[in-house]
Amino acid sequence: MKDKVQEVLEILEYDAKVTPEEISDLTRIPVEEVKEIIAKCEADGIIRKYKTVIDWERADVSFIYAIVQIKVSLERGSGYERMAERISKYQNVRSLRLLSGDDFDLEFTVRGKTMRDVAFFVADKIATLENVQSTATHFILKTYKVDGVTFMDEIEEFKRQHVSL
Amino acid sequence: MENSTNRNSCNFDYSKYINPALKGIPKSGIRKYFDIAEGIEDVISLGVGEPDFEVPWHIREACIDSLERGITSYTSNSGLIELREEISKKYIKEYGIYYDPNSEILVTTGVSEAVDIAIRAFVCKGDEVLVVQPSYVSYIPLIVLAGGTPVPVTTTVENNFKVTADDIRKNITSKTKAIIFNYPNNPTGAIMTKSDYEEISDIIIENDLIVISDEVYEEMTYEGTHVPFTALNGMKERTILVNGFSKAYSMTGLRLGFVLAPKELISQMMLIHQYAMLCAPVTAQIGAIEALRNGEDEMRAMVREFNRRRKLIVDSFNEMGLECFEPKGAFYSFPSIESTGLTSEQFADKFFEDQHVITIPGNIFGENGEGHIRCAYASSIEDIREALARFEKFIKKI
Repeated sequence: MKDKVQEVLEILEYDAKVTPEEISDLTRIPVEEVKEIIAKCEADGIIRKYKTVIDWERADVSFIYAIVQIKVSLERGSGYERMAERISKYQNVRSLRLLSGDDFDLEFTVRGKTMRDVAFFVADKIATLENVQSTATHFILKTYKVDGVTFMDEIEEFKRQHVSL
Repeated sequence: MENSTNRNSCNFDYSKYINPALKGIPKSGIRKYFDIAEGIEDVISLGVGEPDFEVPWHIREACIDSLERGITSYTSNSGLIELREEISKKYIKEYGIYYDPNSEILVTTGVSEAVDIAIRAFVCKGDEVLVVQPSYVSYIPLIVLAGGTPVPVTTTVENNFKVTADDIRKNITSKTKAIIFNYPNNPTGAIMTKSDYEEISDIIIENDLIVISDEVYEEMTYEGTHVPFTALNGMKERTILVNGFSKAYSMTGLRLGFVLAPKELISQMMLIHQYAMLCAPVTAQIGAIEALRNGEDEMRAMVREFNRRRKLIVDSFNEMGLECFEPKGAFYSFPSIESTGLTSEQFADKFFEDQHVITIPGNIFGENGEGHIRCAYASSIEDIREALARFEKFIKKI
């Protein structure tokens, strides 16, 4: 059963639009069972969301992104989870992770319409949080790859021959 | 004005210079598809014998790095010792079979060279060599060039294209010296289990045959696990196992294979290899070391993807009435087209003409391949789905 779930998830991770019928064709798992696996993964929070990877720059919609790293001082009874929960509630925080290493503890990506939006968000909302010792903000100049999807133009593909033995 | 090159070509009688042995070599039946597909935009090819994946980046990067560091010289004739050690480790780890990297492993320029030197080292004029068919197309011409006589051993779809002791026995004469087979098989996708192999090992010993086992599709085994022929009792000492990096790691154009055999046999193949090839390309050898050290995860991901395509293509053929044997290895399906009333070549030709999909007629792989076509599933799922839709249209028409 675990193998079947992994197989279905692997296909969906690559293409969220693939239908249960198509998954069934590729796995020989009956369509109804595919639907059950997906439903259970959704219910269990294994499948968190189906979303689209968009190159906004190409769509001529400008967003400013920054990677922000913060150093946090922990107090008794207050772990990283609590700080992470607070930061993750902001809609403009797109991802948030706990890091290893001495320099910073948490890292998040923030999105805004302008550099000013992002800078003020960090200065007003994050740096002022109790327990935040320091922040480092890196504006993203260009995105090349997101979640395994490359945003670069394909270099002209080397074509295989039509026939080989 | 006619130039001098053309004039010379017209007047020169080349035929008297050509090695007569080449007259026995049939022209490849698939050449025509190279030409007719040129310039047609919407061609989908199921005719390729190579993966559609690029070589994993870490392998390419290792090759690039070696070029940047100026590693461009010849290697030892046997191949880089680091590579032979990695190959040796792989066979110990996966199958518990030990080959000495110093004397029992020879790195070659693709499996094609490995097969060639194996045949040329042991086949003499008058020797008969059993070739299990349907088979990859190079074995017979290479046997003929070596002066030997190829003897087809035909397998049947009813027996899942497995070779049996009876199949072999029927074809053995006092001149039979060797047998060549290829499992997982190109073009059928058939595999042999340990018990299948056990059934034929006695007759091989009884008749004192040398075995050439082409296991280049080893990693593409979808049910059970691959069994190297040399894992069978008494077979390692008489078997030349050939394998390579083209299929598992998608390294077709890098041309890298290897031979595993007893040192007494390797030393004889080395005599040809050292003069005819000198060594395999060093850049590819560096890539192969990286593949064996760090490439398993990506290789397994490619195999899982092939397995999905396999299920899709086989089930679709069966649903549309083209009965398709269940391939358990390699990346080929071999559906029967007998229900259409066409021969393999007629089907492949008409299908291409009508729907621009390239398939390979089964008779190219041996007479018993007639009635089938080979369809590789080494293309994207989108292309395979489109090709299958065109199959359906075509089947309805004829």
